[in-house]
Amino acid sequence: MSEKLVIIGNGMAPGRMLEHLLEAAPDRYAVTIFNAEPRVNYDRIMLSPVLSGEKAFEEIVIHGDGWYIKHGITLYKGHRIVAIDREAKTVTSDHGVTESYDRLVIATGSVPFIIPVPGKDLPGVLTYRDLDDVNAMLLAAQSRAKAVVIGGGLLGLEAAAGLKERGMDVTVLHVMPTLMERQLDPAAGYLLQKAVEARGIKVMTKANTKAIVGNGKVEGVELMDGTIIPATLVVMAVGVRPSIALAKDAGLDVNRGIVVDDRMRTSDPAIMALGECAEVGGHVYGLVAPLYEMARVAAAGLANGEDRRFVHSDTPTKLKVTGIDLYSLGDFADGEDREEIILRDASAGIYKRVVLQDNRIIGTVLFGETADGAWFNDLKKKATDISEMRDTLIFGQAFQGGVSSDPLAAVAALANDAEICGCNGVCKGKITGAITGKGLTGLDDVRAHTKASASCGSCTGLVEQLLKLTLGEAYNPAAVQPMCGCTSLGHDDVRRLIKAKGLKTIPAVMQELEWKTSCGCAKCRPALNYYLVCDRPDQYADDYQSRFINERVHANIQKDGTYSVVPRMWGGVTSAGELRAIADVVDKFDIPMVKVTGGQRIDMLGIRKEDLPAVWADLGKAGFVSGHAYAKGLRTVKTCVGTDWCRFGTQDSTGLGIRIEKFMWGSWTPAKVKMAVSGCPRNCAEATCKDVGVVCVDSGYEIHFAGAAGLDIKGTEVLGLVKTEDEALEVIVALVQMYREQARYLERIYKWAKRIGTAEIKKQILDDAGKRKAYYERFVFSQKFAQVDPWSERVSGKDKHEFRPLATVNFAEAAE
Amino acid sequence: MNWIAIGTIADIPLRGARCVETPQGKIAVFRTAANQVFAIDDHCPHKGGPLSQGIVHGAAVTCPLHNWVISLESGKALGADEGSVRTIPVRVEGERLFIALEALASKAA
Ligand code: SRM
Ligand SMILES: Cc1cc2nc3c(=O)[nH]c(=O)nc-3n(C[C@H](O)[C@H](O)[C@H](O)COP(=O)(O)OP(=O)(O)OC[C@H]3O[C@@H](n4cnc5c(N)ncnc54)[C@H](O)[C@@H]3O)c2cc1C
Ligand code: SF4
Ligand code: FES
Repeated sequence: MSEKLVIIGNGMAPGRMLEHLLEAAPDRYAVTIFNAEPRVNYDRIMLSPVLSGEKAFEEIVIHGDGWYIKHGITLYKGHRIVAIDREAKTVTSDHGVTESYDRLVIATGSVPFIIPVPGKDLPGVLTYRDLDDVNAMLLAAQSRAKAVVIGGGLLGLEAAAGLKERGMDVTVLHVMPTLMERQLDPAAGYLLQKAVEARGIKVMTKANTKAIVGNGKVEGVELMDGTIIPATLVVMAVGVRPSIALAKDAGLDVNRGIVVDDRMRTSDPAIMALGECAEVGGHVYGLVAPLYEMARVAAAGLANGEDRRFVHSDTPTKLKVTGIDLYSLGDFADGEDREEIILRDASAGIYKRVVLQDNRIIGTVLFGETADGAWFNDLKKKATDISEMRDTLIFGQAFQGGVSSDPLAAVAALANDAEICGCNGVCKGKITGAITGKGLTGLDDVRAHTKASASCGSCTGLVEQLLKLTLGEAYNPAAVQPMCGCTSLGHDDVRRLIKAKGLKTIPAVMQELEWKTSCGCAKCRPALNYYLVCDRPDQYADDYQSRFINERVHANIQKDGTYSVVPRMWGGVTSAGELRAIADVVDKFDIPMVKVTGGQRIDMLGIRKEDLPAVWADLGKAGFVSGHAYAKGLRTVKTCVGTDWCRFGTQDSTGLGIRIEKFMWGSWTPAKVKMAVSGCPRNCAEATCKDVGVVCVDSGYEIHFAGAAGLDIKGTEVLGLVKTEDEALEVIVALVQMYREQARYLERIYKWAKRIGTAEIKKQILDDAGKRKAYYERFVFSQKFAQVDPWSERVSGKDKHEFRPLATVNFAEAAE
Repeated sequence: MNWIAIGTIADIPLRGARCVETPQGKIAVFRTAANQVFAIDDHCPHKGGPLSQGIVHGAAVTCPLHNWVISLESGKALGADEGSVRTIPVRVEGERLFIALEALASKAA
């Protein structure tokens, strides 16, 4: 039996540790993770690009749900461990789940420090640590009002830049005389302040917060000198504290952090700790590079492999604010035994300072031009004697030894063991080795195989130069992501070429577009089949062998190979007759589980494949058709009771929902489409997290779209308000048809909308009546061929072979 | 070899599969685009998914449960995954298909 490994916290450090562990000893442990945050593992350091809008949350997920499933790891999301019982070797979560362990890893990270001033608990005061904080800031930013960020360090400045980007009026308060004083000397701090102010962010240094003022919610920040700065949002980014309470209560040795040895072992041999909560050799860390090294050490320890030990090293600091380049490393304080070399270029806003001790670099501060950071870091790490190049050192690597100032040449000149990616400790040789050895062709490949540039991204330029150097002409950075390994074309090109060349079958597409495999794969075939179905509803013969099993047999496959069946319940409304028919089917076929789904209908699970046609026949007699619970197509239209019953209802939400569902069922779409109609803004049908939603109001129908509530949670955007049911239907149908025609296979509406922009969708669907009508009509045409109940087709004999064995061999025959 | 008749090639859809029930469990019989016929246990080496329900491409099938790709020729998982499933000899005589269930024969005998 495998040993039980329990991990508390699912942040960046344990996420990386698991990757190493799964590589070294994949089956050694049964792994269970408890994470107080209700989500999967994501790249915390990329929250700032999410805040500023440069990235979407789904782009920064490191391990999606599928990863945990694939590796058989149990992840309790939203479970905070509240107690460790070292005697019994168990942990218990705030939801009452108790799990026993053989080995325990504590990776609780840090908690943001909150300055203990009056008003710190007012609504509108936030910290900056996780996605919930970002979402709260984004919500506050919608008001475009005033924000105050307390703290002029890395986090504070990233938060300020993001909020500014989102349209807020931002002031940064910093208690010290210059910004980021722990990483920058005063000269660079001053330049940084100018650069921050140039983006329209106000900066107040030597600003000591006395209180946060407001009546019931934040209204401003009061400084020691009595000044009051108005604000509706206050972000405290004044540092973090290792999160050690849990370990301390359990009686483990703690100091600033949880004390561990250089193999990440706490004072209890069954328990390890790593990440920001751990203290090793007297240090606690706040940047990912050393945490990733801890991850390697801990994984080696758990796998009982090599004896790896943690060694302290300095990590460079970079600020992830687009357009502000700064780099700081090591010790840059003045001292008697130290010398410094400085370069300033006031007009270009450049400042560089290298601090030397015994002719060796011990610290570097670069502002405005940071390309040589990696080189200085390398010289420092190797303690290279620089006396030979002292005169030109500060000008950077390009000026050494006659190398030209071509950046490519500078990268070429780097030694093979020069570190390129600081976050992940990846050196040049490892990257170029992977490019040639594994035949990598792009940045994503390099990220997948070496992790270089996969964290904060600031070395992306260097990695691209390495790709260029290694691959020469063959490197094409603008290359689109191919559909799959069978082609070098992306989804958009394939869709376009199918139309342009008038291609009508999957073999024709593969021939004309030069597919590299004889008959595609499980990725491209379903996509091509959809594109052809969508383009030529009247002519194309759907290729069932290119459909995923669920769409081929019109039921959902379960983990044991049985199927589940979900009939349509229009708008979630049912009747005694329907319920009786379901009850009879359940009895007759001995169906083990009947469940109400999250989509307002009933699921019968555990049906044998052979029984499906007979089950459908009985359901069909009661008037049921397939609910397409398996389809990349219209799923459910949830409704609330609306004016028929509800005292607040403003329109007939139930009726409209049923009308939409009856109009649109059977249509195939790029990914599943879920809808809802609520009778008033109380929104009991949860219309604002659906692909398409309607919120009824007195004056008409507010149409929403691009919501999500699965892997990602995203509120909808408002498309517009229309006055009548007919208009609502027309707009919704046109929107869905536009999506059908343009999206990539498996791309939900919210991702498609993000890619092409909601403004464009509004323009085509709301403002351009001609376009809207044309979309609407194309949908109506396609429905003529789509609205055939797949269940009754199969009851009458279609695809019989699917539901019967080819042959049955008995013992006698086999033994003959 | 103990060859057992299981039907004709036309009984299996192109790029599809059918199952044969046997005392040893289900056997999946595949027909590829190039009209080759293969038989393997209907049991994915990963978590036992029914391989007969997967999408057939080239001489491989993608498991419907978690997308492992299994070679029909060798029964081995392709790509980064590791594992393999038993292959069963198939003979095609004209239209007719036969499989050999020797292991079972010896066990039963
Ligand atoms: C049955 C049901 C759970 C339940 O017992 O309530 C369910 C069951 C499954 N969901 Fe779901 N989802 C069900 C409602 C939901 C909802 C809630 C809703 O629709 O209001 C969501 C969140 C809303 C959304 O989609 O944004 C939901 C988000 C997902 C996702 C994540 C999709 C995403 O793009 O984020 C998946 C995975 C996928 O589709 O790739 C998924 C996939 C699945 C699959 C199909 C997994 C699979 O591939 O086998 C499950 C099939 C079980 C089966 O055989 O019946 N299910 N699933 C619900 C069926 C609703 C229905 O009547 O049709
Ligand atoms: C906005 C931002 C930008 C950053 N930028 C950079 C950067 O550019 N470069 C860099 O190197 N670093 C950066 N960092 C720091 C970096 O993100 C952290 O050092 C790193 O995430 C710490 O990893 P960890 O695994 O120790 O903890 P975390 O990633 O903080 O994860 C700890 C997890 O444990 C959970 N948890 C806590 N207590 C419990 C409990 N009792 N039970 C269950 N779960 C619990 C928490 O909910 C949390 O999800 C940044 C941080 C932030 C917030
Ligand atoms: S959404 Fe409105 S109409 Fe519907 S149940 Fe809630 S309150 Fe009633
Ligand atoms: S069971 Fe086949 S891939 Fe998991």
